[in-house]
Amino acid sequence: MPLIITEEQQMLKTSVKELLKNKGAITNLRKLRDDSDPIGFDKELWKEMVDLGLSGLVIPEAYGGLGFGYTGLGQVLEETGRTLTASPLVSTVLLSGTAIRLGGDVMQKEQLLPEIAGGNIVIGFASEEGKHHAPKLVKTAATLQGDSYVINGTKKMVLDGHVADKFIVVARTNGAVDEEAGIELFVVDAKTEGITTERIIMMDSRNAALVHFKDVKISANSRLDGFTNGGYALLEKTLDIARIGLAAEMLGGVNEAFERTIAYLKERQQFGVIIGTFQALQHRAAKMFCEIELCKSIVIKALKAIDADSPDLARLASLAKAKLGEIYQLVSNEGIQLFGGIGMTDDEEIGFFLKRARVVQQTLGDTNFHLDRLARMRFF
Amino acid sequence: MNDSIKQNLDIFRKETRAWLEANCPESMRQPVTSPNDLYWGGRNAKYISDDQRIWFERMLEKKWIVPYWEEKYGGGGLNNIEHKILTEEMTKLGCRKPLFSFGISMLGPALLKFATAEQKLKYLPEIVQGKIRWCQGYSEPGAGSDLAGLQTKAEDMGDHYLVNGQKVWTSYGDKSDWIFCLVRTNFEVSKHKGVSFLLIDMASEGVSTRPIKLISGKSPFTETFLDNVKVPKGNLINEPGQGWTIAKYLLTHERQMIGGVGETGTPPQLSEVAQECIGLTNGILSDSILRSKVAKFEMDEAIFDYTIERIIDEAKAGNNSGALSSFFKYYGTELNISRYELMLALQGYDGLAWEGEASNEGQLARLFCRTKGNSIEGGTSEIQLNIIAKRILGLPSS
Ligand SMILES: Cc1cc2nc3c(=O)[nH]c(=O)nc-3n(C[C@H](O)[C@H](O)[C@H](O)COP(=O)(O)OP(=O)(O)OC[C@H]3O[C@@H](n4cnc5c(N)ncnc54)[C@H](O)[C@@H]3O)c2cc1C
Repeated sequence: MPLIITEEQQMLKTSVKELLKNKGAITNLRKLRDDSDPIGFDKELWKEMVDLGLSGLVIPEAYGGLGFGYTGLGQVLEETGRTLTASPLVSTVLLSGTAIRLGGDVMQKEQLLPEIAGGNIVIGFASEEGKHHAPKLVKTAATLQGDSYVINGTKKMVLDGHVADKFIVVARTNGAVDEEAGIELFVVDAKTEGITTERIIMMDSRNAALVHFKDVKISANSRLDGFTNGGYALLEKTLDIARIGLAAEMLGGVNEAFERTIAYLKERQQFGVIIGTFQALQHRAAKMFCEIELCKSIVIKALKAIDADSPDLARLASLAKAKLGEIYQLVSNEGIQLFGGIGMTDDEEIGFFLKRARVVQQTLGDTNFHLDRLARMRFF
Repeated sequence: MNDSIKQNLDIFRKETRAWLEANCPESMRQPVTSPNDLYWGGRNAKYISDDQRIWFERMLEKKWIVPYWEEKYGGGGLNNIEHKILTEEMTKLGCRKPLFSFGISMLGPALLKFATAEQKLKYLPEIVQGKIRWCQGYSEPGAGSDLAGLQTKAEDMGDHYLVNGQKVWTSYGDKSDWIFCLVRTNFEVSKHKGVSFLLIDMASEGVSTRPIKLISGKSPFTETFLDNVKVPKGNLINEPGQGWTIAKYLLTHERQMIGGVGETGTPPQLSEVAQECIGLTNGILSDSILRSKVAKFEMDEAIFDYTIERIIDEAKAGNNSGALSSFFKYYGTELNISRYELMLALQGYDGLAWEGEASNEGQLARLFCRTKGNSIEGGTSEIQLNIIAKRILGLPSS
């Protein structure tokens, strides 16, 4: 399995780049932010992305998608990472879509996947509860009462949660907080009685809601029970795939922030010379270049592992998320520093990468979380 | 790839594996634990064991010493895919490389690209057969990073060159038979244009070496003196004045080798060393600060390997990756340096012994010291960063 993309994937990437160049650019995110847009992403742009097929890339053809695979979706995410485009791609396609595809029964898949592919719904993925990413930390309870489950608890960092039509909710049917056994995933309609959402606008101008579930009653067959190894395994696999998707997005941001920084080094003059002639700066740039070479490799390696259904997925996902977290942080910091005073202004766009870097770093586990996980996988 | 090609490759893999299993002696499948385990060939070559000799001779007969060179030079004529299969199978069985040689990794590629047909036929087979051991005469006391400033003079005396000068840091200078040198044949032109690439038999009159002791306590390199050495004109590769072009080409190969691309033995797995040396508490390394350093190191180590894989795949697909040898050199050597820095930290007091049997004569401490040279030899880390900044990123010179 060579670590390069196919011609078809390259074509997809090019057409997404073309689309986002104008309509998805950072000016667009800035406008959403400055207008206090109630949705937080551009619905018209999302429709165009859907028309291109992006919402259905990883949904099987039998369910109205293209069955194009995650390596392809990764190219799209990389482009949205370059332009910092806000869209339901992560919440609905990467997270919830993956969970339903992997864990839904035929009925659930028939009902939900075509809707996702058609871009008709937004599905928030409601898993987090603590200050940090912690998949096992699930206090939210799902109690079986006759033909229904009753859900009680509060979820954090539910991306696009304030405009979601449905949620995938991670809740516990039994077991202690922090135990794997007892963790299950449920499809919950956002309009169900007992659900309240609080929109939280984050540093990167995107949204992640706080969602409260109070005695929310759902039918017993809303559970995603189609995954052979049970609820927690379904959660981990969904998360691993999404972590790799996020790493692909981060690679786009890293590349873009780096290229902008290099361009600035070639343009800005001080002491009568171009600042890119200073060796201290050249070496910082060269070191970033080397680290980015590593980033490219782990992202493509991990994306291909998803499509090959590799047993090594978890390790590669953690490698990808850990490395990209480290390097997005580095490159976004260096970006500001090397732009100097102008880098600190809201007018200059380099700061947007700093903000996105910090949010995406925490999302689904930061570098520390994944290094710890890697160490545990190697028994130390 | 069509089915019949694929089938043939499957057969090749099976046969390769069977041949290796039948012919590679057990002791030659053990990890290399000391530099003495390696066979370097040369006029004064000594085998450390019968197994080592047998393994070399069998591989030589099979033409797998340099499997990817053309048969007329003693190579095996394997294509890229076959070579990759052979390497993979050797790695799986843990087979040692039968011959270590700067002739294979450095001089060979330069000769293949720049030498005449006659020169190739003269020098390449001797490299494959392990008859001649080569060393590299680039650096001089006044010309290190600024290599093009070298002053060793080769005067055209009509039928031969008369060479005078001094080389330094010549790795294995005292154990080698021939030296490939950068010399100045023209002092009138700009410094890069006056350099030529000359092959010198170290048995010639006027060549002498003096060992230099390293911080590792070993002395695998020398000062090399060239006093009125007469060198046949046919030993000059390509045209006079082409030396710099050849040198740069050769350096890209050297850098990939030092950076660990196509590396030989398997280095110690740090997490395993950590478990042994530090111990676990509830399944977690008892020193949490070292634990995070080891985890970070192993992340970069794994991803560096994938990067080699990716860049090879990209090259096959036709994406040029020229100046990337500087990336490999820089990153690979810095990684290796961190590996030994961590090894020493993990071993604690036990890693400090310099002599004695228990420590295998201070093996770790000495290796640790030796790795510090990785970011100096073959062009320092700073020089690699300069190259990346200028050639890849296009940042301007001051
Ligand atoms: C173990 C070992 C084996 C070797 N084997 C061989 C061999 O077989 N044959 C051979 O010919 N040579 C060999 N060398 C020599 C090696 O190539 C040189 O040591 C190396 O190129 C550096 O040159 P120098 O030692 O003169 O250091 P210098 O060039 O004096 O460098 C000193 C310091 O200044 C820095 N520096 C220099 N120029 C710049 C610049 N432009 N920008 C930023 N920083 C700069 C360097 O990075 C370094 O940190 C070997 C060296 C070692 C350590």
